[in-house]
Amino acid sequence: MAFLSIQKVSKGYAGKLCLKNVTFQVEKGDLLTVVGPSGAGKTTLLRLIDRLEEPDAGELSLDGKGYTSLAPQNIRSKIGMVFQNPVLFNTTVFNNIAYSLRFRGLPEEDTLRRVNSILDVLRLSDTKERRALTLSGGEAQRVSLARSLVYEPQLLLLDEPTANLDPYNVSIIEEVLTNSNRENDTTIIVVTHNIFQAKRIAKKVAFILNGELVEYGNTEEFFNNAQDQRTRSFIRGEMVC
Amino acid sequence: MGGFEIITDGLMKALQIIISGDPEILAITALSLRVSLTATILGALVGIPLGFLIARSDFFGKSIITTLINTFMGLPPVAVGLVVYLFLSFSGPLGFLRLLYTPEAMIIAQMILTFPIVCGITISSVMSLNPKLKETLTSLGASPFWEARVLLNESRLGLITGIIAAFGGAISEVGAIMMVGGNLLGYTRALTTAIMLYTNMGEFATAIALGIILLLISFAVNLFLTILQSRSKVKRTI
Repeated sequence: MAFLSIQKVSKGYAGKLCLKNVTFQVEKGDLLTVVGPSGAGKTTLLRLIDRLEEPDAGELSLDGKGYTSLAPQNIRSKIGMVFQNPVLFNTTVFNNIAYSLRFRGLPEEDTLRRVNSILDVLRLSDTKERRALTLSGGEAQRVSLARSLVYEPQLLLLDEPTANLDPYNVSIIEEVLTNSNRENDTTIIVVTHNIFQAKRIAKKVAFILNGELVEYGNTEEFFNNAQDQRTRSFIRGEMVC
Repeated sequence: MGGFEIITDGLMKALQIIISGDPEILAITALSLRVSLTATILGALVGIPLGFLIARSDFFGKSIITTLINTFMGLPPVAVGLVVYLFLSFSGPLGFLRLLYTPEAMIIAQMILTFPIVCGITISSVMSLNPKLKETLTSLGASPFWEARVLLNESRLGLITGIIAAFGGAISEVGAIMMVGGNLLGYTRALTTAIMLYTNMGEFATAIALGIILLLISFAVNLFLTILQSRSKVKRTI
């Protein structure tokens, strides 16, 4: 049974369909990147998976249970979401990350231990007492990743997590993602328009264009033996929309 | 004696009164502080949660209610005093409480003045938060309680501004507490009502002394709240 199942999902805004009849499945422990040009519907897909929005048609299920049969908070308790432009809280870096555990009623002693550990993993320990709003873009994105990883979600969703970041921050984030996937078996879905990143970190790749799932497969197959002409054009960097 | 001499003479006498620690002046000062601080705290206890609820909810008539609260931020104290007087007077609907001409009546009147100030500024502060904060909290799994706690914490600079404005309005108003307190010596005489009385009696030095004390109190409380406001920018608050 698939860990995450997306069946014939459609979603539109103001009469325009952003996702059209999208169907695919994600296995436990997958590291999937969803690639496609801007406006393809990638972010909408993540928002539906995190149940920040409801689909107009189709069904989603997580761990064998349909979304409609689960309370949104039950779904989100298993999911971590990292937004493209993270909004941090106007408090310290420590508190920004600790909130996620306090929301779950974790004792303060455990919170302290886990936050310190994740700060270390994301090389943020020296920013612990700094006000989060004074961080650089890369640090802010790492804090955003830390506050989702700290509660050890089964499914981690990331929307363009390294867009506009310098190579140092990109390498830290990619390293943490691949380690988390390998060591903790965290299922990860990364939305990116960067096919090189997809090639570097993904086990599977999905290509979305104009709201349609055009291609879905193992990374090697995707890059070396894409079935659809539009996918091959996208990989070659040609305009496809 | 010219106006300027009256002021300088008054300032000198004021200094003597303050240094001597006149028990009557101390009692008046203590009552003013007690009434205005209590009214501000009560106004904040009602105004902040209500303002938050209004800001975070979508309902029919929200803009009308917000406009009403904003209008009430400028309520004339004397009008509030009149209404509270009519309610608390012996023939009024709450006359049985026997609160007229007591410090409690003064607190009620000032609370009616402070509540819309705190509530209106809370609405404005919470509504001006980044809408993505709510979405982030939802995504991180915050319960409604935690959501409110974090969002209020994010609005804390505005909330403290509201409390500063409310206290400033309360400590400096005279119309409402004069009507419902009666300016009774040793019981309901506050700084502002005493200033009015001593001015009418021609005792300018005492009036100026009380004015200086009023300013000093206002400055001290505002200084404390402003320090709290600036510290809250960096402090680990939750």
